[in-house]
Amino acid sequence: MDRPISSGTIMARAFLNHRDGTKGGIAERGITPAFAKRQQAQDSIFYYLTLGFALLVLVILGSIMASLIDGAWPAFATFGLGFITTEIWNPVTEQFGALAPIYGTLVTSAIALLIGVPVSFGIAIFITELCPRGLKRPIGIAIELLAGIPSIIYGIWGLFVFAPFMQLYIQPFLIKGLGPLPLIGSLFKGPPYGIGILTAGIILAIMILPFITSVTRDVFETVPPMLKESAYGLGATTWEVVSRIVLPYSRVGVTGGVMLGLGRALGETMAITFVIGNAHRISNSILAPGTTISASIANEFTEAVGDLYTSALIGLGLILFVITFFVLVLARLMLMRMDKKAGG
Amino acid sequence: MAATSLSKSLYARRRSTNFVAMLLAMGAAVFGLFWLFAILGTLFWNGFSAIDLAIFTQNTPAPGSAGGLANAIIGSLAMTLIATLVGTPIGIMAGTYLAEYGKKSVLASVIRFINDILLSAPSIIIGLFVYVIFVLQVGHFSGWAGSLALSFLVIPVVVRTSEDMLNLVPTGLREAAAALGAPRWKVVAFIAYKAARNGMITGVLLAIARISGETAPLLFTSLNNQFGGSGFFSFWSSDMNAPMANLPVAIFQMALSPYEDWQRLAWGGSLLITVAILALNIAARGLAALTSKGN
Repeated sequence: MDRPISSGTIMARAFLNHRDGTKGGIAERGITPAFAKRQQAQDSIFYYLTLGFALLVLVILGSIMASLIDGAWPAFATFGLGFITTEIWNPVTEQFGALAPIYGTLVTSAIALLIGVPVSFGIAIFITELCPRGLKRPIGIAIELLAGIPSIIYGIWGLFVFAPFMQLYIQPFLIKGLGPLPLIGSLFKGPPYGIGILTAGIILAIMILPFITSVTRDVFETVPPMLKESAYGLGATTWEVVSRIVLPYSRVGVTGGVMLGLGRALGETMAITFVIGNAHRISNSILAPGTTISASIANEFTEAVGDLYTSALIGLGLILFVITFFVLVLARLMLMRMDKKAGG
Repeated sequence: MAATSLSKSLYARRRSTNFVAMLLAMGAAVFGLFWLFAILGTLFWNGFSAIDLAIFTQNTPAPGSAGGLANAIIGSLAMTLIATLVGTPIGIMAGTYLAEYGKKSVLASVIRFINDILLSAPSIIIGLFVYVIFVLQVGHFSGWAGSLALSFLVIPVVVRTSEDMLNLVPTGLREAAAALGAPRWKVVAFIAYKAARNGMITGVLLAIARISGETAPLLFTSLNNQFGGSGFFSFWSSDMNAPMANLPVAIFQMALSPYEDWQRLAWGGSLLITVAILALNIAARGLAALTSKGN
């Protein structure tokens, strides 16, 4: 372990001593034990200071867990496991089940990945393989700026611009085109509200684009040029190089990036709150309004009357935190494996 | 003869597959850029007309009357400032431990890992956390609680960037200083920090950009306060301890209201906040590019 070094410093005679406000360097004064002691003390103070703040990071995560469990305790004590498996959410009779928000969270995130992942791959392939050199940076930055736009802006834009567009053009088209089909038809039934699960999922897809794209791009860049050049040398097309060399090589890292995007999608709050419709029910159709964990919390928390209601909402938060925690852990582990590969 | 025609058709098929795939990739890039311009376009279209002097000088109005967003802007600035002032030193110190002392030790790896998790944890969870540990204990929403929640978002960003930037400082510089007799803490504070300064500022700018648009963690910490004090300074001095107006939550409430005036103000506020954040992002990038060129 690296502890503060000090023994070496005692040997010194250098300009830095002037900063102590002493006259002359050690050379003139000689190295007094008191001087050495002070240096050592300063060193260890600095060391423990940084260590303390680093440990604070662990403390923060621990206290988030502890406070959520503490806050959610009344709800779990009252409803037991039924809290997770029932759909009824009735503040008046104080019946709370988290199934509808959990379902909404998972379905919107799934839609987001279904749309967001192929598009992100496309963008990453375009930037790494096709893009003229001069355009690489501007396009990369433009895509990353999508990540800079705050969630609430996606929300207000989604509600006033995108939802009406969905209602007028996309949803009637889906209902007419896909509604009558067997099996998947039931997903596209019902009136076109504009807002709803599908609209929320599409907006989420746009929001996670920059995250997946930037990780995918980075891991694509780690593929050794030698491998790619060899394939090109054998006459492979760009697509063949990407699908048979680049993707298999960077599989783990790419999966990590997708999981990172999933982590974002699961916890996204404000944009969803605007466009999902906030209905605590599970419907077959993805055009219907629904709710997600984060949207329920954002919508109802300040209006929640009674301890049990508040506790149920904190319980939702705990469920969300646990889900995203595991997704993020998986993502980081995969990315770490990829890093090791690139490093070794 | 047959063989060549077979290979020719195979070749043609591979070529056309490639063509289609590359077309789709290009389409994906256009798709991504389209949304950026669509969102920014509507934002300017709807927001520009709402921005006038009143938005900066008057407080949020009652529905149906004219007003501005002055109290929300000031509230946002105050909370962002405090969160940055609290979060930055903590983040830098923790990052220093990881880069200068912990390095590859087990403890440092765990802290690094957890920090990465905190970095992408949902911000609404941070809001709930501060609600439980602070708002519940004090008994009311306040600007301080909002600042605290935001500072929890600043810390992981700054930890990450300061560690990365310190790692970029050549070991030779540290060794040179140590050889001159500088104690370890001086090596870090006067040599490594100086060399990594631009990168660390970049990190702080990115952190500010991230928190200034955050809405979810403020919903149950600072809430909103429709009526600020009567003037600039009365607001400034009195209200950190009370529910505090802030731009994101004001936008949230106004946008979802049925009143046209409020919705117009929401668009104006949205434009302000987005332009500010994108400017911060671009400034951070510019600074980072400048630094890498300098090296």
